[in-house]
Amino acid sequence: MSLYYVQKLLYNLNRDPALKERFDTEQGAVVGDYDLSEEELGALRAIDIGLLYVLGVNGQLLMHFATMNGFSWDAYIQAMRDGLEKHGPVRAGLYAMVDGKGATSTKETL
Amino acid sequence: MTLVYAGTCCHAPGMTSRAEMAAPETRKQLHDAFARQRQALIDTGTEALVMVSSEHFANFFMDNMPTYSIGMADAYEGPIEDPDWLKIKRTKIPANPDLSLRLINEVMHTVDVCYAQEWKFDHGMSVPLHFLTPAYDLPIVPVNINCQNPPLSPLHRTWELGKALRRAIDLAPEKIALIGTGGTSHWPCTPDSGRINEDWDQVLLDQLIHKRKDALLAYTDEKTISEAGPGAFEMRTSLCVAAATEDQTGEIWFSEAIPIYATTCSITTLYMVE
Repeated sequence: MSLYYVQKLLYNLNRDPALKERFDTEQGAVVGDYDLSEEELGALRAIDIGLLYVLGVNGQLLMHFATMNGFSWDAYIQAMRDGLEKHGPVRAGLYAMVDGKGATSTKETL
Repeated sequence: MTLVYAGTCCHAPGMTSRAEMAAPETRKQLHDAFARQRQALIDTGTEALVMVSSEHFANFFMDNMPTYSIGMADAYEGPIEDPDWLKIKRTKIPANPDLSLRLINEVMHTVDVCYAQEWKFDHGMSVPLHFLTPAYDLPIVPVNINCQNPPLSPLHRTWELGKALRRAIDLAPEKIALIGTGGTSHWPCTPDSGRINEDWDQVLLDQLIHKRKDALLAYTDEKTISEAGPGAFEMRTSLCVAAATEDQTGEIWFSEAIPIYATTCSITTLYMVE
């Protein structure tokens, strides 16, 4: 698992339009610069937001990646929920500090 | 004594990107509170604004993540986000690199900080500035605390950062304001986005305005993320300003949970020059 490099790729894509353009046209060459597992490569190829979330990608990076790939806000939120349903709790990173299943706040307001 | 004003405010991007989706009366009260804080900057003759925020991977990443960073650029630019989405026009924001240098030099006597001569503001800075200095006519000194990805600064060190900033600000001849942004409960960009723990927020705000150091330093990241979400790690920005202003009791000027903005929007004043 190379969560660091998945997040590094997304960080770079979010900041560099030229890299994003290359990612869209020659993805294999771009991802080759990062040390990624097969599961991570598959999630990136498929723009599988749910799996990327479960793998531990920080939402502050993932949201922008989803937006640049055409996800509306609601679709982005739903994709993460679907990911939890399909793949189970978040496996690593910030959100694994809790149970990885989502928050258990005292008041749900949305 | 050159600190003339200090406070906190929210930086939720929804306040501009989804502004019209909040109830009109709530929105008016929020905007009135921002206007009051803006007026406080004017009334106190503020000549520079030190803004403590927590950026969201706009400039800093885990390849070399600074725990604390202070801007020392000739100018800044923001927002880095899509202006059409944030509904804030991208613009150049004035700086004061000489003041930055003096503040950094003094802070470093007690707290290690990084400095940055390039810095693109994200919504953590740009949203508050949109409300507080809409003409972008006030030099800004940005201060960043890593609140995004652990390991995070221990709270007692963040407290020391606040004390160091106050000492440095008071050595400067300029009239300076200090504002921290963000820090109430929120679960940003997660499946739980929109959840708010109002009780947690009210307790935090009460601790902040009364500068209850022991209570504030007793928060733990494990409990904070569990009760108030990962966004609440940003409480460090408010705690830092509370530490800088222990000599005055503050006031809450606005506090209301606004679900469509995904957090409790709050504005406090923690210090006002007599």
